[in-house]
Amino acid sequence: MSALLELQSVSQRYGDKTVVNDMSFTLQQGEIACLLGSSGCGKTTVLRCIAGFEPLAGGEIHLAGRRIASVASSVPAHLRQIGMVFQDYALFPHLNVQENVGFGLGKLGRSEREARVMAVLEVVGLAAYAQAFPHELSGGQQQRVALARALAPKPELLLLDEPFSNLDVDLRERLSREVREILKSQGTTAILVTHDQHEAFAMADKVGVMHQGQLQQWAPPYELYHEPASRYVADFIGQGAFVPGKVTGPRCVTLELGEYCSAVPRQFAEGDEVDVLLRPDDVVHDDASPVTAKVLGKVFRGSEFLYTLQLASGQQVLAQVPSHHNHAIGEPIGIRLELDHLIAFRRQPS
Amino acid sequence: MSRLHTLVIPWLLACLIALCTIVPLGVVMLSALTPDPAIWSHLIEFTLPELFKNTAIMLLGVSAVVLLLGVSLAWLVAVYDFPGRRLFNWALMLPLAMPAYVMAFAQVGLLEFTGPVQTWLRPHFDDMRWFPEIRSSWGLVLVMSLAFYPYVYLLSRNAFATMGRRALEVGQSLGLSRSQGFWRIALPMARPWIAGGLILVVMESLADFGTVAVFNYDTFTSAIYKAWFALFSLDTAKQIASLLVMLVFVVLVLEQRSRGRRAYAQAGRAAPQPRLPLAGWRGWAATLAAASVLLLAFVIPMLQLLYWASLDFANQFSSDFLGYAWRSVSLSLIAAVLVTAIALVLAYLVRRQGSRAMRNLARVATMGYAIPGTVLAVGVFVPVAWLDNQIIAAMGWQGEVTAVLKGTLLAMLLAFVARFLAVAYSSVDTAMNRITRSHDEAARNLGYSGWALLRRVYLPLLSGGLFTGVLMVFVDVMKEMPITLMTRPFGWDTLSVRVYNMTAEGMWDQAALPAIAIVLVGLIPTILLSRQRDVA
Repeated sequence: MSALLELQSVSQRYGDKTVVNDMSFTLQQGEIACLLGSSGCGKTTVLRCIAGFEPLAGGEIHLAGRRIASVASSVPAHLRQIGMVFQDYALFPHLNVQENVGFGLGKLGRSEREARVMAVLEVVGLAAYAQAFPHELSGGQQQRVALARALAPKPELLLLDEPFSNLDVDLRERLSREVREILKSQGTTAILVTHDQHEAFAMADKVGVMHQGQLQQWAPPYELYHEPASRYVADFIGQGAFVPGKVTGPRCVTLELGEYCSAVPRQFAEGDEVDVLLRPDDVVHDDASPVTAKVLGKVFRGSEFLYTLQLASGQQVLAQVPSHHNHAIGEPIGIRLELDHLIAFRRQPS
Repeated sequence: MSRLHTLVIPWLLACLIALCTIVPLGVVMLSALTPDPAIWSHLIEFTLPELFKNTAIMLLGVSAVVLLLGVSLAWLVAVYDFPGRRLFNWALMLPLAMPAYVMAFAQVGLLEFTGPVQTWLRPHFDDMRWFPEIRSSWGLVLVMSLAFYPYVYLLSRNAFATMGRRALEVGQSLGLSRSQGFWRIALPMARPWIAGGLILVVMESLADFGTVAVFNYDTFTSAIYKAWFALFSLDTAKQIASLLVMLVFVVLVLEQRSRGRRAYAQAGRAAPQPRLPLAGWRGWAATLAAASVLLLAFVIPMLQLLYWASLDFANQFSSDFLGYAWRSVSLSLIAAVLVTAIALVLAYLVRRQGSRAMRNLARVATMGYAIPGTVLAVGVFVPVAWLDNQIIAAMGWQGEVTAVLKGTLLAMLLAFVARFLAVAYSSVDTAMNRITRSHDEAARNLGYSGWALLRRVYLPLLSGGLFTGVLMVFVDVMKEMPITLMTRPFGWDTLSVRVYNMTAEGMWDQAALPAIAIVLVGLIPTILLSRQRDVA
């Protein structure tokens, strides 16, 4: 299968400042990808480069086998057949829903256009609002109109810039699920940009973590969480604590809590000092365990507690514990490690 | 507190304020209900066809040119980057400081047969008949457009700045090129703001008195003046004024209609967008376009005025000039403080009462801004003259006294209250709305009430709005010509009256110094406004 979208060493600069640096990834037909990163990491710029709103300072972009952008030449944005959902939706206030959605269908005949508009509105569940004006709709409805408008011309690729950031949390979760279903049902290839990892995990087949203009890792959410490629990704995705350890064999590490063996990254030699990432779900509460840790803090989350624990050495770790185990602060509790994925990085000189 | 305090007094005050507008307007409109057949047959036969034709040419011409200049300059400055953009961004508003009648005589003086342009060209050509006559309808349209385009520029620039480049991007993501995006998205989206600016321009053109006087171009305003001061027929003036008011209302209704169901609240929020650079010759072409408008609409007329003033400065800067200046400043200051104080009372009443009826009353009271000054002058003079006669009859002064209030500052100030209350009210009301109910409650909770509340909370929070109100009314009265001219006490000439008298004689150089003084005062709010709205 050939890639639908391919970025080859793409760079972008504003003046002297490099905003995107040597970025490469590929996206297959029908996949949904997500660029994830904190604000100012360059993720929106990448999206705008793909859309054709920013010139490239280096590299090339290919879409469906043709080169759409390079340093020397680029296909104008309006000829790329790339749809976009803007962060602020950018609906046209002077047009009603039907006219908004039909806006990009100028080439179709009248009856064809109307049929396509109604079909897309049906897909996003807004067929009843065809005559309404944008200001008469709720935020979530406006968002879906924006999606319908971008989908109507059947773009080869759909870009979504922080599509849910203007919505409140409950709506965000529901809509991200709905949007994923819509995109999948249409077989749309899409890239969205977000700073919210829950949104990225809920929506995307592939997630690209960006930091200071660099792509840190390009992988499915599961891999990103359990096999982070860099310390930054390990830190940025999910929660956890780094504890010191020593490599004792080709597959094993000794920690304060004992020796653990699994697929240790190959670049380590025996005797190397490493930091091992312990996720809250790696630390299991077990009253029978001989190892205990003192409760330093706790957050009740309904179905579980998140405990901050202190080991004998003073090292702190996080533990996710079923909500029936209500322990007081200062109380020692038994713990053991369940390390299915051993994530280790060379010790940083502190 | 008694019912009298809580109910009767607020309403009494509000009605009294509203009467300043209702009475003049009512006097004029009632005359439309009791038409005099003799006057009307004369009007229909000799006057009205010309007036309607002239007004139509003026409005259509000015609207077209103003749209072209205002919208295209706004688009350039808001969306693109080119050499000098930051300067043009605010400098293109400078013509707001120059009243249209000043622009008018400066341009006529420049371009007429004896003016410097034709004098300079003449040796180079055998025949100068190709040079267009400035004293014509196209000359008037050009001058008014140069004076009024900033209204359209200002409003559409703000609209384009918030959504211009975004509109292009949305268009591109839907397969539209940039130029298609401008015509199909940016322009329709900015339509309400463009239309808002255009309405202001149409109202200013309809109300204009000084410019058409310089051009000797008869419109409703000059016809009202002539009927009163040349034919001495106040009744004819009233009848023409009623027609002008109806015209104004037609424009307002059309504006309301055109909006329809579409509310143009912006959907979503837009982040500030970086501008598109215009490289090479395109950038310099944009600079040239903006610079030539700025030169024609401000720099050149201003230089012409300064040149005239310098010719005979020692003579002109005399006690006469200081007298005009002193009367202008004192009149403007009294009017500004009075009008702003009344606006404060009205805004406070609306806030405390909060009822729909009170808000509507405030709306009526501030309606005068849409009414041309010539109409208000007639509308104020008639009831004041009637009151004078009543007083004289009641006191038995017949024969000894002919005027009590007529031709006093008081009558003039009443007309200014009607005309400019909206200016002060909008800034005071904006400031008042920034004081939330919780501010009120927080202060009460901390033990302040009554005067202490007013002094410690309201006045500090309102001071900015009050200052703006005083400043805006001050400048407006300074520039105002028809009301001052038609209702001033005998011999009470101000700067704008002096400009009128001199330009009526074609003595441009004599009008230059008072005109410069008016422009300098007008620059204050223009610069404040442009600095404030400088969108990064």
